Amino acid sequence: MLEKIKKYWKVIRRPSTFYSLGFLTVGGFLMGIMFWGGFNTVLEFTNTEEFCTGCHEMRENVYQELQDTIHFNNASGVRAKCSDCHVPHNWTDKIARKMQASKEVWGKVFGTISTREKFQNKRRELAEREWVRLKANDSLECRNCHNFDYMDFTRQSKRAAEQHSTALAKGEKTCIDCHKGIAHQLPDMSGVEGWH
Amino acid sequence: MMKISITGICILGILTLSVNAEDNIATLRGEEVLKEEGLPPVIPKVLNTDKKRKRNYPMQPPTIPHKIDNYQVDLRTNKCLSCHSRKRTEDSQAPMISVTHYMDRDGNFLADVSPRRYFCSQCHVIQTDTKPIVENDFMDVDDLLKVNSSN
Repeated sequence: MLEKIKKYWKVIRRPSTFYSLGFLTVGGFLMGIMFWGGFNTVLEFTNTEEFCTGCHEMRENVYQELQDTIHFNNASGVRAKCSDCHVPHNWTDKIARKMQASKEVWGKVFGTISTREKFQNKRRELAEREWVRLKANDSLECRNCHNFDYMDFTRQSKRAAEQHSTALAKGEKTCIDCHKGIAHQLPDMSGVEGWH
Repeated sequence: MMKISITGICILGILTLSVNAEDNIATLRGEEVLKEEGLPPVIPKVLNTDKKRKRNYPMQPPTIPHKIDNYQVDLRTNKCLSCHSRKRTEDSQAPMISVTHYMDRDGNFLADVSPRRYFCSQCHVIQTDTKPIVENDFMDVDDLLKVNSSN
């Protein structure tokens, strides 16, 4: 094994005798573009709704629930797809989230939520993970579209304006503190702060 | 000949009567042709005023003065109670559900909301900005008393 590694190391370290420097640099550059383009295309593909709802776990549970909500179906036709809320836009955060998501592949392979019952039993745990994530990044994914600076309190209902102009404005609360279960159904909420 | 014409008039009369009667029958379908699908009625806006409304009689469950779209009330959770339960009213400043909701049917007080009072929208409903579909000549008890005393 060590012999083999040494052999490959020697080949890599030896200067090229056949290919020109120009070929190697330009070729490397072009290969780099193709690799990065391909990588990014695949990454973008894993952000699409077709990809997310490709598995029955997502299609038959959370995707069905989303369709009843204002984020899917509304007067103006603006809508959020899975990745808008569940994947950060920022590159480093996105890559970190994508690496975490490899656990979801594990879950798929071993059927962690392969039935409705299993999903319901795990719903609290899954929901809590998202609440913690959104709390930690100050509801970044909400704020990608809902910008506090441009909220017109006069066009909100009295209760909404009251909460947004105090708790949210002061930064005491963030979106997810109150707006839980707006896109999917809620798990058993016993013991969750702000619930009965 | 005379006989025939009398029967003819009778038949004609019955026919016109039945046609008129058909016009007067109230159906849910309205004037839609059976094979065609009619336009659905416009969905009226829910009143979201946050103002308490008068109750038409003392035992009336108060109507909900705000939108309740997608409020989840099921085995797992109850969105209404996240503001209206005893524990939550201090934060939310919403009216607390009345003590009767904490009683079982024998009048014993329970620690939490009674299961038989858990499904809020069985009694409490939103109000929409629309004309009533049927006429309503309900009079509350004060008006009734007034009418009675003037008679």
